[in-house]
Amino acid sequence: MNLPSAFRKLWYSIAPRTAMDVEDEFRATVHAYQEDLIREGLSEEEARRKAQIDLGRPLVQNEIYREAVGLRVFDELRGDIRYGFRQLRKSAGFTLTAVITLALGIGINTAIFSVVNGVVLNPLPFSHPEQLVALHESKPNFANGSISYPNFLDWRKDNHTFAAMGLARGYGFSMTGRGDAAQLSAEFLSDGFFGVLGVRTVLGREFTPADETPGASPVAMISEELWRNKFDGAPNVLGQTIALNGKNFSIVGVIPASLKLQVSNFQVSDVYAPIRQWGNPFLMFRGAGLGFHGIGRLKPGVTIEQARADLERVTGNLAAAFPDDDRGIGASMFSMKEEIVGSTKDFLLILLGAVGFVLLIACVNVASLMLARASGRGREFAVRAALGASRGRVTRQLLTESLLLGIAAGAIGLLPAAFGLKAALHALPAALPRADEIGLDFRVFAFTSLISVATGILFGLAPAWRVAKENPQTALKEGGRGAIGANQGSLSAFVVVEVAVALVLLTGAGLMVRSLVRLWDVDPGFTAQNVEMFSISMPPAMASATPQMVRAKHLALNEALAEVPGVTAVSQTWGAVPMAGEDDQWFWIDGQPKPRTNNDMNWVIDYIVDPDYQRVMKIPLKRGRFLSRDDDEHAPLAVVVDEVFASRYFPGQDPIGRRIDLDNYGGKVAEIVGVVGHVKQWGLDSDDAQQLRAQYYLSCLQAPDDLLLGMRSGSSFMVRYEGNLAPVIAGLRSTVRHMSNEQELFGEQTMEKVVADSMASRRFAMILLGGFAVLALLLACVGIYGVMAYLVSQRTQEVGIRMALGARRSDVLLLVFKGGARVAAIGIAIGIAGAISLTRLMRQLLFNVSPTDPLVIAAVCGLLMLVAMAACFVPARRAASIEPMRALRTE
Amino acid sequence: MKPVELPQGTLEMLILKAVSLGPLHGYGILLRIQQISGERLEILQGSFYTAIYRLERQGWIKGEWGESQNNRRARFYSLSAAGRRQLKAETAKWIDMTAVVAWILNKQEDEI
Repeated sequence: MNLPSAFRKLWYSIAPRTAMDVEDEFRATVHAYQEDLIREGLSEEEARRKAQIDLGRPLVQNEIYREAVGLRVFDELRGDIRYGFRQLRKSAGFTLTAVITLALGIGINTAIFSVVNGVVLNPLPFSHPEQLVALHESKPNFANGSISYPNFLDWRKDNHTFAAMGLARGYGFSMTGRGDAAQLSAEFLSDGFFGVLGVRTVLGREFTPADETPGASPVAMISEELWRNKFDGAPNVLGQTIALNGKNFSIVGVIPASLKLQVSNFQVSDVYAPIRQWGNPFLMFRGAGLGFHGIGRLKPGVTIEQARADLERVTGNLAAAFPDDDRGIGASMFSMKEEIVGSTKDFLLILLGAVGFVLLIACVNVASLMLARASGRGREFAVRAALGASRGRVTRQLLTESLLLGIAAGAIGLLPAAFGLKAALHALPAALPRADEIGLDFRVFAFTSLISVATGILFGLAPAWRVAKENPQTALKEGGRGAIGANQGSLSAFVVVEVAVALVLLTGAGLMVRSLVRLWDVDPGFTAQNVEMFSISMPPAMASATPQMVRAKHLALNEALAEVPGVTAVSQTWGAVPMAGEDDQWFWIDGQPKPRTNNDMNWVIDYIVDPDYQRVMKIPLKRGRFLSRDDDEHAPLAVVVDEVFASRYFPGQDPIGRRIDLDNYGGKVAEIVGVVGHVKQWGLDSDDAQQLRAQYYLSCLQAPDDLLLGMRSGSSFMVRYEGNLAPVIAGLRSTVRHMSNEQELFGEQTMEKVVADSMASRRFAMILLGGFAVLALLLACVGIYGVMAYLVSQRTQEVGIRMALGARRSDVLLLVFKGGARVAAIGIAIGIAGAISLTRLMRQLLFNVSPTDPLVIAAVCGLLMLVAMAACFVPARRAASIEPMRALRTE
Repeated sequence: MKPVELPQGTLEMLILKAVSLGPLHGYGILLRIQQISGERLEILQGSFYTAIYRLERQGWIKGEWGESQNNRRARFYSLSAAGRRQLKAETAKWIDMTAVVAWILNKQEDEI
């Protein structure tokens, strides 16, 4: 076919001749022929008839034309669609049920797929994202530990495989001088950090190596949001100063609001400062773990394996050059996407699978509905066949009808998809990464369309195939019912599939529920109820306070807060906070030689608190005493250890009175004065598996000067309260403001929330899976009911005969229930097999529950059987109430 | 003599031939075919116009609206350049094929 004829064909399909034109032409020919015939001697009537016989009828010409030109297929399709609409409108109940069922299934599928798409599938929104990696130090206690600043500088200098590297650490500043003191989220960044990502500033520049030299003047970058809110978006913001924790920083750049990233202890913040501006005394200590984590961009063409080998070389050199600090320290590296997404990928894929199952049930439901309906239309198809329709034609029409349903469901399904997505994002655990990047985008839309078309075909095939097999004559003879036997078989098969799938989903959900229950029962080691945690930022004047002034302020704050009505105990908390923040220190046992390298030190989780801490958290005291007010800067250093510490370092002995040397306190000796219960620092589920579990408690007042100086910008508090929370918070806030309006209370949350948040992702999974399981159960119930109702109505005659022959109502009831039970039992059996093989994929999500927990499986089986029987109830009763005489008369 | 029934493809070729001698409207083409064939061909009802529509779709004949002798609106068809080429090619093919078939069928028994 050459180009002109291709265009011609296209032209014909767009702008064919009108029916009138075709008719006009034909009539001209007929007329001319007629006239010739008349001239030959025929009468007008005879001429007309002969012309019609020889040439044809005008009204048919348009069809002949359209077929000749190849438009017939479209005509038939249009006819199918119109006919399909009419048929669907006639059985509105069925149509509505089917469309809603499918729309729900497709919509939820789309919502979940959007999440999976945004989190797992989409590439990171940076240029060449495959070159980006996340960097950590691998140490004996931590596989992905923080990188020390001196190590980072050497890694950056000596590597061969990276185009750029960056280091970051989260922080918080109190901004003053522009209205009320405001708490800003912050990050300490190495120079060129944003350059690694390829992010460009909206205004100005990012940090250069000059900004990171010792003694450089303080500079900062601010976020676009901060620029608009606090600086009115003025273009001359560059060069203005911003007071952070009392120190003036000069603004050199504005970071775009479109940046969305959370990786390696970096997250988008209000303000960014160079690492060197952090006054932490341990910053230049090569062995320090200060919470810095890194990112890097590989050179083009370099693989992660090559980079890993390269960094191994670099860290090997460092270990040789600095054995005390770096022996046994290596580099750990992941592709940035894996770092962000990794842990959630499995869960999300399981979720997608679950949702796929729900959609499957929905499809099966609609298929059985359509099958039942198609059988009822047996007569209609028989008549059409008798009138000349080929089987293909009828099948095509049926498929068109089901495609209409599928497409309608898909279009309507976008509604629950959009709402479901909004709701899901609202309820998402904070732990779900890249939440900002989730949305309904084109790929998702294409996915939805594909699903709706595919489901349309899927559930349309069954009845279409059925109809194609049917003999029209049989259908006409039996008054349009069609062969029942085959029907029952396929309908029962559908029910079996539904029950099986529902069982698998219910098992999954049941396991999650059991996990969560088990998890909730775990004792965290403290009492979380009625404990509130918050932070207070210090006025800028404190930036130059002496250690003694810090202590005085500390005591003053505690006193003031204790006066607030409702508060029963107050304690500051520096160092670690259970399930919220971790901190560790090193020590060695007094009398033993001091370990030569940091890695040989003993690690311990440290809680630096006030004496009331034990009353706030209600941690059980096992031996000796807790810290008291007498443990101040004039008294000997006291330490309280937990049971794990005691059994690990003083097994079988009484640790009271023993002494340990604290490396972070310059080797000062502390005496153990008490033993308390262990607190699940790492989380209710993961604490037991952790390496580092030993804990100890020191008094704030006994902290060394350099630690006190580090607390001058602010500190965290825990209080125990009685009664309602709201008035307590209000009281605390006003007390803080009263002391100084350059102080601010922020970041308040209840300990209960902290504990709940640690289980948030599990809870989320449970809610989701549970929701799907319930949906599946509902659908299966509706499906069973529908099938049973239909089968009963089909067997009306048979039941009538049975009753006429002496069967009692109870026999009929039993008949229906037995039929339903048999099908359900088969489905349950298959479902159990499926559940056993599939739930092992969930192992990561479960806690203390085996994937084949017999209690859960038994409960689920029972539930399903109960539901199946309930679904049979109404049809059974209807069958039992059949009047035999009327039944026999029914056709 | 009983009229010979025509297969579809051949009818199209004949229409092309009829039109090659000058533009005609539908009835005129019918007449000319009858004329050329000496009234020995029978055209099935409906097949004529199907052939015309197909030919127009292929682009071998061009149609234009005009007025017939009795002042009716009629469509006049003429051969297009491509149609002319097609006619020539088909004619040559047909002649070859019939020659070969006739030659085979005419073989005497002793020559097989």
